[in-house]
Amino acid sequence: MLTAFDNFPALLIWLPLLGALLAFFLRREGVAGRWALLSSLITFGVTVASLFFQGAQHYALTQVSYVWLPDIGSSFTLSLDGISWILCLLNAVSFPLILAFSLGSPRDRPHVFYGLMLLAQTGLNGVFLCIDALGFYFFWELALIPVYFLASLWGGERRVQAAFKFFLYTFAGSVLMLAGILWIQMRTADQSFSLASFYRANLDPAEQAWLFWAFFLAFAIKMPIFPFHTWQPDAYEQSDSPVTMVLSGVMVKMGVFALMRWLLPLFPDAFKRFDEWVILLCIVGMVYASCIAMVQDDLKRMVAYSSIAHIGLMAAAVFTVQAEAWHGVLVQMFNHGINIIGLWMVVARIEAQLGVRKISALGGLAQKAPSLAILLTVIALANIALPLTNAFVGEFLMFNGLYRHNPWYAGAAGLSIILSAVYMLNMIRNVFLGGTNTMTENFADISLRHRILLSLIVLTILFCGVHPEPMLSLVEQTSDLILKRVLTR
Amino acid sequence: MNAMILSALWGVVMMFTGLATPSARMHGRLAILGMTLLTGAAWLDFIGFSLLSDSTAGGMLLFGTYESLFILLMSGCALLYLLLSVEPMSEGGSPISDPLALHFFVMTGICIVAGYRSLLMLFLGVEILSIPLYILSASDKKNLRSNEASLKYFLMGAFSTGLMLMGIALIYGTRGSFHLDALNIGLEALSPLMTAGIVLLMVSMAFKVSAAPFHFWTPDVYDGTPTVYTSFMATIVKGAAFFAFFRLFQDGLGRLHEHWRLLMAFLTAATLIIGNGTAVFQQSVKRMLAYSSIAQAGFMMLALFAMNQTARTGIVFYAVAYSLSTIGVFAVLARMKDHSFEAFNGLAGQKPLLALLITVFLLSLAGIPLTGGFFAKYQMIAATFLEGKMIWMAVLALLCAVLGVYYYFRIIQAMYFRSGSSMPPAISADLQAVLVVTALLVVALGIHPDWLLGMLSY
Repeated sequence: MLTAFDNFPALLIWLPLLGALLAFFLRREGVAGRWALLSSLITFGVTVASLFFQGAQHYALTQVSYVWLPDIGSSFTLSLDGISWILCLLNAVSFPLILAFSLGSPRDRPHVFYGLMLLAQTGLNGVFLCIDALGFYFFWELALIPVYFLASLWGGERRVQAAFKFFLYTFAGSVLMLAGILWIQMRTADQSFSLASFYRANLDPAEQAWLFWAFFLAFAIKMPIFPFHTWQPDAYEQSDSPVTMVLSGVMVKMGVFALMRWLLPLFPDAFKRFDEWVILLCIVGMVYASCIAMVQDDLKRMVAYSSIAHIGLMAAAVFTVQAEAWHGVLVQMFNHGINIIGLWMVVARIEAQLGVRKISALGGLAQKAPSLAILLTVIALANIALPLTNAFVGEFLMFNGLYRHNPWYAGAAGLSIILSAVYMLNMIRNVFLGGTNTMTENFADISLRHRILLSLIVLTILFCGVHPEPMLSLVEQTSDLILKRVLTR
Repeated sequence: MNAMILSALWGVVMMFTGLATPSARMHGRLAILGMTLLTGAAWLDFIGFSLLSDSTAGGMLLFGTYESLFILLMSGCALLYLLLSVEPMSEGGSPISDPLALHFFVMTGICIVAGYRSLLMLFLGVEILSIPLYILSASDKKNLRSNEASLKYFLMGAFSTGLMLMGIALIYGTRGSFHLDALNIGLEALSPLMTAGIVLLMVSMAFKVSAAPFHFWTPDVYDGTPTVYTSFMATIVKGAAFFAFFRLFQDGLGRLHEHWRLLMAFLTAATLIIGNGTAVFQQSVKRMLAYSSIAQAGFMMLALFAMNQTARTGIVFYAVAYSLSTIGVFAVLARMKDHSFEAFNGLAGQKPLLALLITVFLLSLAGIPLTGGFFAKYQMIAATFLEGKMIWMAVLALLCAVLGVYYYFRIIQAMYFRSGSSMPPAISADLQAVLVVTALLVVALGIHPDWLLGMLSY
């Protein structure tokens, strides 16, 4: 097995997996959580270290392929390239934050909780790294199952139903993708599941059309894109905060990532037929979700709908197939993940202290908790994509692409940015400003742990906002390469 | 051939042990010994070592690598089944030599229907397989539901056997031979007699594998039969029936594939929809599993519909993966007094390992990756795609798999997410160890299906 650890992609799978398996056996009070945090920090270290080994001379360190099922035509192939790097990085940054956050609140059966969390991390890394279609499908499901258990075991009263709805929706989408994968494998020259063979598969336009929709449905449900989003507000609202963070911070990126890695390069002809429809769906979804977010009285549901709007913009930008827009999407996937985790942390702290999430019931928290208010304001501004925050870079590039594709779309999508300013600022006013009421009178400021975590997030926001260059250069090459394939086929 | 002879002999031995000793434990041990020997004999068949000089019964039977491997796999499953079931069988304290002897006779029937080359042997095999099952389903003599199940099974079974005989007679009338190879030679056009014969055979075999619309006996019979025997009927016997069904339509009527494919597609689609659609609404886990066995039969029917090399390996793989998973769930169910979904409430809190094992079996039945059930379904879908006709069948099957997730996950939800103070099933450490082995096999098939698929593709 030692050979399994001599390169980065393999390490990024095996390390969290080992961490997860060990965590299940750490029943002693408080041990599992600390171990999980340590494990995720190690994964973070490895991910960061891997960034220094880019380029052709380090091929052996960033590509790995094990023989798995030669008769079926599948090999376990992992690859770190620009777009998997940025998502693995998101995964590696998010999990220590989320785990450190969840250590602050005790829960029953912590060993199961932290084991499942690390399993989810394994699955997510697998989705981002695997360039074998069958392996991709495996990881797609394997990321889902621990999250299903996490969402069902901890959370609100209706969690079992909400999590099951989420599971069924996603599973329904993914079986259609499985059908598509099997069909393409049959059409490859060498009966193989590898991405390279898939790119060369011989598919006529009619086949591409149905395959496109089969794959698209799987990804659209995951992201989610309107009208396949109905599982999402329920799941976010009912899940425990750390699980919600995983779901919205990292997991929904699976869908956007898969559009770029699989859907568009596989079906360039079909995509040219249907791109307008998809962009239209995304934009309708953005405006619709923003409108709903505006009238939500529940903090969690508001953030959930705001997330639908942001993801809609990313998906629309992917379908414009503009180079800058793609860079923007990739950077924004990372940044949106960080921002929304910050938002959830704030919401979770308010709920933990007061037991309510109703915007109308709150007020004047800024007087009682100035540091929480300041940190939240920065995160909220980042969520609106104000200049100098991290989200500005990505959203600017995406809007640029959208505008070049069709100015009307950019205009409609811009509406949702304005609406996002409306609901975020409204939320700040109603929750943090104004006078305190009987409930919020005794609100205490957040503890040192949460202050540090939120400060880390704010620092990341500002750093990536001021200095986006390294991240852009990380993704540019791969993104342009895939885009070239989409456009020249 | 070794396995067939040994199982018949051991059945007789088991009957007489009832005279020698009344101890149920002794009977159980002898049966397990017999099944182990049977597995060994099947292995000898598999490596091509025959204890008899003539192992073809004058060309009426043929045990090649593929057939012997199937018998080996089924007797392996039967061994696991016996290891899990002897304990609950002997619970009443009465001697269990007779039911165990019947199991061995069923195994004889399974060997015959696996290796038949002549329609006469098919008929004999199906009868040898069925008659002991009629008795087993009635073995809870004081229970009216068990009696009802047996009568229903017997009447419907006799009826379908009649249809089968009629079909065989009609085919013999047109072709002048019972032999599969002779049937398949020069068979391009259909005569009315032949058509009627094929339809009758299809109906009778569809009855045996409980494919819709000939499935109506299944829920009642599976529900009424004592749970230990249901497990045997729903898994190993069903796998063998499918094997015979496949053999008949591949080797005997394969050249007419074009003509009967549409009818088979109808049966398949109906089975998938009815099985999955009805399982969703069940309130008893045992009844749900009965409908689930119809649903899984729908998936296996895809192999008959596609009828190619992938289907040939896939149907055996499916039978093994499905049998292992179902035997596991039934073994737990057999130790429970209450068969409702609520009986599983909170099991994960009381018996975490057992709950985990059940979860593995259920995930496999639902076809989730990393379990044998996934690759079983995979093979069926791939076979349908390779056939290239009516690919919507594969999509329909996959959508039905989503329904499957719905009802299998009800048990998982009950075990993990609901609290309950129900009586946990009394599973001894030995039984649990066997269940662990079964679950490991299920997972092994899901991680590395190549070893079995490779052997099967000879």
